[in-house]
Amino acid sequence: MSSWLLRATAAAVVVTGLASGAQAAELRIALSSEPTAIDPHFHNLSPNNQISLHIFDPLVKQDEQQNLMPGLAVSWEPLDELTWEFRLREGVTWHDGEPFTAADVAFTLERAPDVPNSPSSFAAYINQITGVEIVDDYTIRLTTDTPFPLMATNLSTFGIIAAHVAGDATTEDFNAGTAAIGTGPYKFVEFVPGDRIVLEANPDYWDGAEPWDRVIFRPISSSASRVAALLSGDVDVIEEVPTADIAQLRENEQLTVASAASNRVIYLHIDSDRDETPHITAKDGSAIENPLKDQRVREALSIAINRDAIVERVMEGIAVAAGQLLPNGFQGTSDNLPPPAYDPERAQALLEEAGYGDGFRVTLHGPNDRYINDADVAQAVAQMWSRIGLDVSLDTMPRSVYFGRASALEFSTMLVGWGAGTGETSSPLVNLLATYDRDRGRGTANRGRFSNAEMDALLDEALATVDDAARNALLAEASEVAMREVGLIPLHFEVSSWGLRNGLDYVGRADQYTLAMGVRPSE
Amino acid sequence: MSVFIVRRLLQSLLVIVVMSLLVFAGVYAIGNPVEILVAPDATQLERERVIASFGLDRPLWEQYLRFVSGALQGDLGRSFVFNQPAISLILQRLPATMELALVAMAMAVGFGIPLGLWAGLRPDTIAGRTIMAGSILGFSLPNFWQGLMLIMLFAVILGWLPSTGRGPTGEIFGIETSLATHQGRAHLVLPALNLALFKMSLIIRLTRAGVRETVHLDYIKFARAKGLRTNRVIGVHLFKNIMIPVVTIIGLEFGSVIAFAVVTETIFAWPGMGKLIIDSINVLDRPVIVAYLLVIVLIFIFVNLVVDLLYSVLDPRVRLQEAKA
Repeated sequence: MSSWLLRATAAAVVVTGLASGAQAAELRIALSSEPTAIDPHFHNLSPNNQISLHIFDPLVKQDEQQNLMPGLAVSWEPLDELTWEFRLREGVTWHDGEPFTAADVAFTLERAPDVPNSPSSFAAYINQITGVEIVDDYTIRLTTDTPFPLMATNLSTFGIIAAHVAGDATTEDFNAGTAAIGTGPYKFVEFVPGDRIVLEANPDYWDGAEPWDRVIFRPISSSASRVAALLSGDVDVIEEVPTADIAQLRENEQLTVASAASNRVIYLHIDSDRDETPHITAKDGSAIENPLKDQRVREALSIAINRDAIVERVMEGIAVAAGQLLPNGFQGTSDNLPPPAYDPERAQALLEEAGYGDGFRVTLHGPNDRYINDADVAQAVAQMWSRIGLDVSLDTMPRSVYFGRASALEFSTMLVGWGAGTGETSSPLVNLLATYDRDRGRGTANRGRFSNAEMDALLDEALATVDDAARNALLAEASEVAMREVGLIPLHFEVSSWGLRNGLDYVGRADQYTLAMGVRPSE
Repeated sequence: MSVFIVRRLLQSLLVIVVMSLLVFAGVYAIGNPVEILVAPDATQLERERVIASFGLDRPLWEQYLRFVSGALQGDLGRSFVFNQPAISLILQRLPATMELALVAMAMAVGFGIPLGLWAGLRPDTIAGRTIMAGSILGFSLPNFWQGLMLIMLFAVILGWLPSTGRGPTGEIFGIETSLATHQGRAHLVLPALNLALFKMSLIIRLTRAGVRETVHLDYIKFARAKGLRTNRVIGVHLFKNIMIPVVTIIGLEFGSVIAFAVVTETIFAWPGMGKLIIDSINVLDRPVIVAYLLVIVLIFIFVNLVVDLLYSVLDPRVRLQEAKA
């Protein structure tokens, strides 16, 4: 037994030695959660989308701050209110050497919204397109029934696949690699579920070949194990460094930490619609009218929260206090919305004014396995509310139970997060704050059922405005209305962190993606 | 013998039916998988399409009947998350879990029985006491903590072994296993040890207790008086008689090592079934959960059958017809 152990150990040492000799070419990345498929259109989920970006280029790319950049399309412009023309990049080849043309784009637009058994499709990004016209091999025109200013943004969310190999390919064909032929910077090598995804550089990439010959992604869901794998040198890069470990990793001379404010806002949704709400009663337990319908009460709940304390203590400094739906600088944000100042006296005065000077009893609900330190944040909020005279109980639960109940409107106040996949403010406004309308797809995640006609009108106008500057100004105005009315209570923006071994740099991304394309040897 | 086996299989069938009903109702009660699977910005219409495509818009009894009729034709359903047959997902992960379980049990038995014998035969020596103290640590320290400490010590501080993951695999008798490569074996050591420590402690204590009890019995004294060598007294007369409880425990524990290596597989990022089931529970992937538990029940039934057959080999007084499941 012991000689076997020795041999195993010796083998491990030899292998580690070999690996360090070959580090210039191989990159090993530990992921916190693994993709459910290689098929880029099967499941609209961050881990899938980030792997997909390595293999399949989208028409339009997003940079680290989610600004749009040319991808397979070199330029795009509206010909009129209802028609967009995309000029495609010439001379791009698929990984099997075939040329890329407009026919591939048309094929992708047809397949992507309609993958069999997809648990979450890209239909919402594509359904507005009612006509596809191939003008020539490198020009394609897309028509819509109503003005659709977010066309390029929506087309940046999914990759283009090859018509000649993916004709009737199933999700299994992509996982096996036979259909996983893209134009991206990396070629697919293998996918062993639960264990690894291996990619190799595409030497003919149109934007220049990558410095890594081979990239290995390994899913390590336990965050402590992920940190240990980085410390022991088994991987070069890890994502989602736990906040408690960041200080220690920063001090370690063998490692560096990269971070970036993300597009994910953590907020409280509050039931501002129903006359009676399930988890609010008078302090003696008797039923009362829903106090959250009163804007003054909602504002009191917001300014009773010390956001700086949450950022400093609970999040260990790894977060940014929030006063709106996306961090300043993103498209459609307002410059006039700083985080609400902490003011418990005024909060109490507002409660008094609204007729709730004695407070009321409320249960705050939250998930405990979804966002960074989610249960701790909810606990801090509950304590801060009790300081302005409310009786607050806290109920946190796993996300598998939580989100179903939240969507069934079982809660009165709840902690949720929203990542704006499109990187601009219409995403949270449409989904979280617009008046709920099943058929128009508005307010789908509006679990407080906030409704404000002024904001809805501004949003409608913005969504029909093709000019970027004018649209962003309207979105900013809509945000200001929603925040003035306290349609929801923003708490903070998550900051994502990556741990890297020394000698590597990563440009942190607002969309929280971990991309080999962003990892570069330090100068 | 064959009557015994047939009766066992009939009982198992009942267990499987009850279990599938419980799991079906249980997962239904927890929540709606679509809420977790679908992108948060999906429209209500998209949600309704997904719910319908999974058949979740039907009443629960109808969903169950569909599952049963599929299962009778060998189809346990497709994973909501992976869009692959649930059973093939599980069988894909089975070899990784089996090799981990086998190595862990080999470690537990290989170290546990000799150490237990030693502690039983020499209870008052320093070695005997150390073994017993160590075994208490072995099963009182939480599994996940042990795992993290093993990683810290052997991977981070000493750098002897890889921290996580399964190494490269090779073929032995046509089976893909990481036992075939040096690097693969190196990856196995820590997770197997983590899984083995608890079982090892249990086996040490059981063996020791058996030895302490048996060593004073008349037939052992008689064997000694007859002038048999110590090795033979211990190796045959004593050993065979303390093995019945040990074999029972090994059987039970082997089943649970296969089924519930969840903690170890999560900490060591081992691509086995335990990791699959915990991920599936997190997203309420019901076809995988049901299929997994069916497979586990079958494994338990098989292992217990083997244990019962082993009894009759170890102790001729045990007759299988009388053994109740």
